[in-house]
Amino acid sequence: MTTPNKDTKAPAPAAAAKPKVAFFDFACCEGCQLQITNFGELLLDVLGAVDVVEFREAISEKWDGDYDVVFIEGSIGDHHAEERLKKIRARAKVLIAYGSCATTGGVNGMKNSFELDEIRQSVYGKDYKLFDSTPTKRVDQVVKVDYYINGCPVYIPELVEVLKHALRGLPYTVPDNPVCAECKLNENVCMYERGLACLGPWTKAGCNSWCVNNGNICYGCRGEVSNPAKNANDVISKYNLKPELIKAKFDMYNKCKEGAK
Amino acid sequence: MATDNKDLDIKVEYVTRVEGHGNIVANVKNGKIEKCEFHVVETPRLFEGMLRGRSIFEAQHITSRICGICSCGHSLASVQAAEDALGVTPSEQTVKLRKLLLDYEFLDSHILHVYLLAAPDVLGVPSFIPLIASHNATVRQVLRLKKAVNDCCDILVGRHIHPITMIAGGWTKLPSKKQIDQQIAILEGMAADLGEVLKLAATLKFPDFHRKTEYVALVSDDAEYPLLNGDIGSTEGKRVSKKEYRASTNEFVDPRSSAKFTKWSGDSVFVGALARFNLNADKLHPEAKALAKALNFKPVCDNPFMNTVAQVVEIVHCYHHALDILKDLKKTGLDYSQAITVGVNEKGSVPVRAGDGVGSVEVPRGILHHNYVTDAAGMIKQANCIIPTNQNVNNIEHDFAKFLPEILTETKDQIRLKLEMLVRAYDPCISCSAHFLDVTFVE
Repeated sequence: MTTPNKDTKAPAPAAAAKPKVAFFDFACCEGCQLQITNFGELLLDVLGAVDVVEFREAISEKWDGDYDVVFIEGSIGDHHAEERLKKIRARAKVLIAYGSCATTGGVNGMKNSFELDEIRQSVYGKDYKLFDSTPTKRVDQVVKVDYYINGCPVYIPELVEVLKHALRGLPYTVPDNPVCAECKLNENVCMYERGLACLGPWTKAGCNSWCVNNGNICYGCRGEVSNPAKNANDVISKYNLKPELIKAKFDMYNKCKEGAK
Repeated sequence: MATDNKDLDIKVEYVTRVEGHGNIVANVKNGKIEKCEFHVVETPRLFEGMLRGRSIFEAQHITSRICGICSCGHSLASVQAAEDALGVTPSEQTVKLRKLLLDYEFLDSHILHVYLLAAPDVLGVPSFIPLIASHNATVRQVLRLKKAVNDCCDILVGRHIHPITMIAGGWTKLPSKKQIDQQIAILEGMAADLGEVLKLAATLKFPDFHRKTEYVALVSDDAEYPLLNGDIGSTEGKRVSKKEYRASTNEFVDPRSSAKFTKWSGDSVFVGALARFNLNADKLHPEAKALAKALNFKPVCDNPFMNTVAQVVEIVHCYHHALDILKDLKKTGLDYSQAITVGVNEKGSVPVRAGDGVGSVEVPRGILHHNYVTDAAGMIKQANCIIPTNQNVNNIEHDFAKFLPEILTETKDQIRLKLEMLVRAYDPCISCSAHFLDVTFVE
């Protein structure tokens, strides 16, 4: 098929003033980047407001200047990644930790539940040293973070909200009340009343109790509220829970804060 | 043009428009190929190691996070493996809904790959962004289609990326009667856009490259195009049960790199849409068969670039298959008493035993195997996941070895683009494969 190439050049002069936005992925599933392609036609509006200069998963274009806003997806799990992240930070005015892997270490944090060499060996066998691997770190354990977008995956309404704040230079505060606050408004039957341990009482809200609305428990992907102990005693004693059960559930997303084993 | 004294040094760092990080390295000296390799440079994430000590009821949630694009596929393979280990047989309704989810997964992934990731090459632009200007109507149609499938997933599993309701043992929430109607309406509403983008697909031209290849996919004895159930078969006439998946993958270490490759009858295998088409084209939905015929696309096709065309045919198949399932569910109604909540089985609602379970499911990029060994308390002792891209990496290199000499007279830029296009034709998903591939950086 013949294609007119006349319109395929770089943005028109008027577009030069648009903020330069880039996406970089580290150890993760890249699902949070994909949430953006799930905007549908809204994507074209967002692309009209910003100038996406790097987004390897979707486009081939590359950029060697400074960035106004960078999205960092994924956690940091080897030496090369740590260096690459520091270089990106040096070129970025605003850095957003994007998705659970970036904000809490995400499921990658479970690596830290094991002796590092033991888990490397369990997957790669005797040649494990060929594959560089360090304990999982959240992004803010390596560089300064300006905005946090939690969630595995990120919740699109919150992403749009944070992006709007970031582009205007306004602060954004992640809600510090538990998922239960939203869950109650959604009139879900409490999972504890259904006999299951749910991490909602200790997990930061902002997802509109996405998983519980769909009949599942909260897995704690958005990280703990700043004072998790406040709600813990009530729930643990009322439902006669084993603390180790709750601890094991929390380890799925919240292992990084303990540091390396 | 003579190529005897041609020197070439190509290094593509981070192939774009693929999922995950991979590099291409090609060196030619005096017309002789010294090296033409595809390297995966993704941070190892050690999923199989991390699963140890977790409950079998958490496996779906965790392995879904192997990959954002393939999260429904991983979830389906995971619950199949978990149920096999536990000795649980899913109900007919549960299986029907899983097949519907798989159709959505194919639609979403194939639409993304064909139109936003692969088509820019054929149209001569670096990404879909220039297409917003040159092919605005098409880009809007494609984004609307993706959004529509995504909306169906939101209804069925809570969200497309990391599904919530589809777990080992069944579904935590079943779609209401109204939600079945909504999904039918959304799918029917896609018809016009789908018709338009299919017209574009018919105009896409791909390099004419052929290499005899062993194709591997699920095969079955019934009339349904097998995506969820069946045995593992190949175009070399082999067939083994899912339990014997290791016989079909034969992982081995290549001395050139520490990557683990797979093979079966020959040196390498191809998995993915083209493999499924080559093995099961006669079972496609009549509408998909008609499209294949109109495109003069017949099995066995041994041009890997045609994988993209096979995906287009599967878009049509899955679209109609999904509609058929929904209309059937509308007619029969759902049994809502089957909704379950399990958590980590703290209520003991599912009987638990020590087991060794395998799940093998066709996902957009090819056959995917999950295998879990559990103890009597249902804790995972050992896990193994064999990913489609991992099975294809070896085949990509064998294609390179035949393809590069055939295009050596072309310019360096053309050669580089064609090698990238070949990699993209496989629709590789490197996040998925990164649990055991070469991560040596090429200097």
